[in-house]
Amino acid sequence: MTQILFKDINKEGLHTMKVYEGLGGYQSLKKAFAQKPEEIVEAVKASGLRGRGGAGFPTGLKWSFLAKDVFPRYLCCNADESEPGTCKDRELLLKNPHLLIEGMILCSYACRIETGYIYFRGEFQDLSFIMDKALDEARAKGYLGKNILGSGFDLDIHTHLGAGAYICGEESALLNSLEGGRGEPRMKPPFPAVEGLYSKPTVINNVETLCAVPYIVSEGADKYAALGTEKSKGTKLVSVSGHVKKPGNYEIEMGTPTSELIYNLAGGIQNDNKLKAFIPGGSSVPMLPADKVDTPYDYESLAEAGTMLGSGALIVIDDSINIVEATLRLISFYMHESCGKCTPCREGTRWLHQIVERIMQNKGQLEYITRLEDICDNMAFKTFCPLADACVAPVVSSIKYFRADYEEYFKNVPAGAAS
Amino acid sequence: MQEYKFTEEQEKEISRILAKYPVKTSALLPLLTLVQRADRVVSPEAMVAISKKLDVSPAYVQSVMSFYTMYHTEKVGKYMILFCINISCQLNGCDKLLEHTARKLNIKVGETTSDEKFTLHREECLAACTEAPMMRVNDTYYGNLTEQRIDQILESLD
Ligand SMILES: Cc1cc2nc3c(=O)[nH]c(=O)nc-3n(C[C@H](O)[C@H](O)[C@H](O)COP(=O)(O)O)c2cc1C
Ligand code: SF4
Ligand code: FES
Repeated sequence: MTQILFKDINKEGLHTMKVYEGLGGYQSLKKAFAQKPEEIVEAVKASGLRGRGGAGFPTGLKWSFLAKDVFPRYLCCNADESEPGTCKDRELLLKNPHLLIEGMILCSYACRIETGYIYFRGEFQDLSFIMDKALDEARAKGYLGKNILGSGFDLDIHTHLGAGAYICGEESALLNSLEGGRGEPRMKPPFPAVEGLYSKPTVINNVETLCAVPYIVSEGADKYAALGTEKSKGTKLVSVSGHVKKPGNYEIEMGTPTSELIYNLAGGIQNDNKLKAFIPGGSSVPMLPADKVDTPYDYESLAEAGTMLGSGALIVIDDSINIVEATLRLISFYMHESCGKCTPCREGTRWLHQIVERIMQNKGQLEYITRLEDICDNMAFKTFCPLADACVAPVVSSIKYFRADYEEYFKNVPAGAAS
Repeated sequence: MQEYKFTEEQEKEISRILAKYPVKTSALLPLLTLVQRADRVVSPEAMVAISKKLDVSPAYVQSVMSFYTMYHTEKVGKYMILFCINISCQLNGCDKLLEHTARKLNIKVGETTSDEKFTLHREECLAACTEAPMMRVNDTYYGNLTEQRIDQILESLD
């Protein structure tokens, strides 16, 4: 299978300039500087690259939305990676920091940006130290700074650490956090491309998205677009975790069957148990039952199956657990991470938690399921940001496909316990 | 209230941090992190000192700080253990291991040992799910945990 992002991922010393350059690193810059910035934007559009942070928005199109003739502009790389199940950006940042720097230089040149920030989640202190070293190496080589490689283009990139808040991965909350505020989402519009960091036009892209750009520039948009399916182009890193024998981050061509990821790349189900369910795109997307395991792993096929590709985290669940246990864990996560700004999210996540917890304590009754669905109805698509929708996804899908797992708990309700 | 003094080394670091941003307030989280890492707590004195550096009110510093889970108003142990309890770790048995760790340290989750060596916190996904179950101790990630491995790790820290 074609490897773009992970081609050399396990080469010793890849994180150093010497090894990275030895493998052809930073070669794309000369090629880029020989073109007009707009041509790079066009190439990224033609490649079909879509955002890998969760929403899947076309990257070149996003870049072309920047407010015309307003400067300075900023680039913020989203390295907040906090979606449960997702750990692909961590591997890229740990082992191949220069690939991200190269991608950020290309994006900045294409968008006429002179300052970039990498926003790491607070727990990624180790990665920010690695990145600081890599950035110093890039400055020493003249890949960052003034008049890069004689092109007349200036750029510097800085690391910035958050401090523990899932919501800061949402792009407008990230901007508030980077400006030194509470990480609450902003009203959109205006979108960051018009009014972003310090109210200036800003590009926000995920680590993996930016890491795909050097290949597109050096090898050509056509070569990238030739990979994958008609609408989902290129390759995707998938974090396969949970009940599999060989959990890991795997790079696949878009459209590869999910079963290939689970049974081949990740070695199949632990203890040779049976697959029960899988969550294909991180904790915020609906889960699917085992009979959908052949769904091709790409944006459209997963949407058709009633779920989403999301952040590319495939969480595999076998038949050794009751789905309600996993669902409660996810609700509990969203309850902790709700920023509290909107009532349906702040209160709804708590109510869901209380009800499911009661069910698991054998204090529930069938009518509770309707109540859960009601609450979900009142949360989904009624809040400021999609965190509430994310919490609803596992609840609704677990009821849809695994109602029997809920009903298990109603069998042993002691008389008088339900209310 | 006593005045908080940054060390010379910290003053240098603060200048480096401020130089990254066109707007001073952006340095708020980095300065809080600087203090938290050095003192294992962000004291009211430190909040005032940070507010002066950035020309904002101490109340603003406190309000922002309270939004984030990595700053502490009570001193934490020399080793901060963040134990992931989210889904991939749950599926791989983290609950028992967390109990084991608490028992081993003779504290409840959320507490600090009496010698101030360890603090144990439950943590949401740490983005290392393919190495579940996992925990982070200060800046280091430890994956594929078992009871024996946890014992070894705890004993190796002095
Ligand atoms: C609650 C929430 C959390 C998010 N967390 C992340 C994250 O950790 N990393 C990320 O890249 N995008 C995250 N996103 C998506 C970002 O808002 C944004 O769409 C993305 O960074 C854009 O980059 P892309 O177009 O390259 O995907 C999150 C969105 C929401 C609503
Ligand atoms: S939906 Fe939740 S997390 Fe998003 S802004 Fe509203 S309260 Fe905050
Ligand atoms: S679920 Fe534990 S590290 Fe992600």
